Amino acid sequence: MESTAAFAVLLHRQVQKTVLAIVIAALALAVICLVTIHAGAIQIPPGTALGLLAEQLGLASVDEGMRSLRTILIDIRLPRVALGILTGAGLAVAGVTLQGLFRNPLADPGLVGVSTGAATAAAAFIVLGWPLAEYLSAPVLRHALPVAAFAGGLLTTIVIYMVATREGRTDVATLLLAGVAINAMAGACIGLLVFLSAESELRDLNFWMLGSLNGITWERLVFAGPLILAATIALMRFARMLNALLLGEVEARHLGFDVERSKRCMILLVALTVGAIVALTGAIGFVGLVVPHLVRLMMGADHRALYPVSALLGACLVLLADLFARIIVVPAELPIGIVTSVLGGPFFLWLLLRQKAQGAF
Amino acid sequence: MLAAENISVIRGAKRILDQVSAAVRPGEFLAVIGPNGAGKSTLLHVLAGSLEPDEGASLLDRRTLSAWPARDLSRRRAVLTQSPSLGFALTALQLVLIGRSPHLGSHPGRADLRAAEAAMKEAGVAHLAERSYLTLSGGERQRVHIARVLSQLHTDEPGDRYLLLDEPTNNLDLGHQHLALSAARRMTERGVGIIAILHDPNHAVAYADRIHVLDRGRTYAEGAASEVMSEKMMSEVFEVRARILREAACERPYIVLSPGAKRSSAMIKPKGENDVHRHEPLPG
Repeated sequence: MESTAAFAVLLHRQVQKTVLAIVIAALALAVICLVTIHAGAIQIPPGTALGLLAEQLGLASVDEGMRSLRTILIDIRLPRVALGILTGAGLAVAGVTLQGLFRNPLADPGLVGVSTGAATAAAAFIVLGWPLAEYLSAPVLRHALPVAAFAGGLLTTIVIYMVATREGRTDVATLLLAGVAINAMAGACIGLLVFLSAESELRDLNFWMLGSLNGITWERLVFAGPLILAATIALMRFARMLNALLLGEVEARHLGFDVERSKRCMILLVALTVGAIVALTGAIGFVGLVVPHLVRLMMGADHRALYPVSALLGACLVLLADLFARIIVVPAELPIGIVTSVLGGPFFLWLLLRQKAQGAF
Repeated sequence: MLAAENISVIRGAKRILDQVSAAVRPGEFLAVIGPNGAGKSTLLHVLAGSLEPDEGASLLDRRTLSAWPARDLSRRRAVLTQSPSLGFALTALQLVLIGRSPHLGSHPGRADLRAAEAAMKEAGVAHLAERSYLTLSGGERQRVHIARVLSQLHTDEPGDRYLLLDEPTNNLDLGHQHLALSAARRMTERGVGIIAILHDPNHAVAYADRIHVLDRGRTYAEGAASEVMSEKMMSEVFEVRARILREAACERPYIVLSPGAKRSSAMIKPKGENDVHRHEPLPG
């Protein structure tokens, strides 16, 4: 009896560690949000921002002079922060899921084809879709691009999934390889479209290839936001299943999990999450790869800890990268994908070298 | 009762299992022995419900395994496969608690902790609870996996339970081999039926109630150790020269291999192609 208490202490310590990490990451996210709202071509101090928010909610009123900042805060900065949080959390959670599913710490949301599929569809729409402009009204046209990207991403994932599935069983190794093949083909398509594109189209294409949080509006977020949020939360419910999957698919089945059905659900949810994100932001690399990897090094591989901490840290990373992208070349903006890759690449190399030094290969 | 009835598993032209029947009752220890490629692991997977046989059926309580909901089945039987692997950093305790998945609510409760602890003590890994799996030795890892499957079967729920072990002594030193098999043996006292694939025939003799000898996908013999173990069987199935010691004082026989006992590979035709050789008298 006494030693059961010792085991309970061990378990309690693990829970405490997780809770502590969640609290710290949440605090960091809150601070980063305030800084992101503050910084930019026009600065909004946190006090003013909170005052304006309170007024918006009907809790207080502010000086007339600050009202000019309201549009910037409510219509530009806030949706951007919201998108940043959703993007970071969604990509990180998708990354955790695929790394667990493939039992490979190098898996990335892009592997199931959703990013390149979406980018290809978007590029095709930008370069070849101009005849549509004559038939569609402007508001429809504005939403047609993200919808096309979303559909392209989902479709690509479904094709890859079908290639890897036989008699109701999906082979994850084939899934991975099919993803590599389809990604290469999609890359060629994008290359061809770039070759065919006019100068003005090239700029739009660039946005898709490198990603950006720029130009987000509440109107757009209303459609995609809830989808990303719901799919991300749904994915996090697979934590225990992914823990069992760490032992292998057969073992997970022996432990009573319906592995095939869950695989299908998880891949679909990843495609929904990442597809919706890519439709709004373009392809943002490295977040889904680096964040889960880093959190696993700190917290271990228990997915019940891995999911929430990765989601918060992913949100932090995307907001920071976006902040950097906005202020480094004011008044212009860098695509955020450049920032995440420039920061993420060397960081990832450092992680690998560190692991090599520890002999963990 | 957990039973396989006239099981055949066919891959291409090869019958990996050919009309094999095996059954274990609650509280009984059945050992499966046979040379490499005899179909032992395949039989275990069929009995675990993770492989659908092409002919015949595997049944738990007279109901085909495929008709059992996965979760119900996982509360009734646990499976240790041959080389469970894990490339991620979990602590030994976390890993054993994964074995409690079929019983867990959202978080491990007191019963789960008690089960995990009892199982880890049985497998001799309680002191490793906090250690990362990745830092454990091969033998320690194997024992943690044994603790995981033992903990899966700790329950007060009604219904007989079964433990399927594929070479549980893999990577274990002599002492821990016996620790692991004794732990399995103790499970039979609680009414758990055991099916274990064992390499050492003396382990089978010492721990099992019955021994099932598989050879090239077929049942060669099944019965109590004293009936199954013979110099002829060791020669025909394992192609080794062995002496079976039967002392009046011991109820169980003991198998001693002669040095250099394996017949030279030049003498053995590829399996299944030509069965004539194995009926020839052995040289010497």
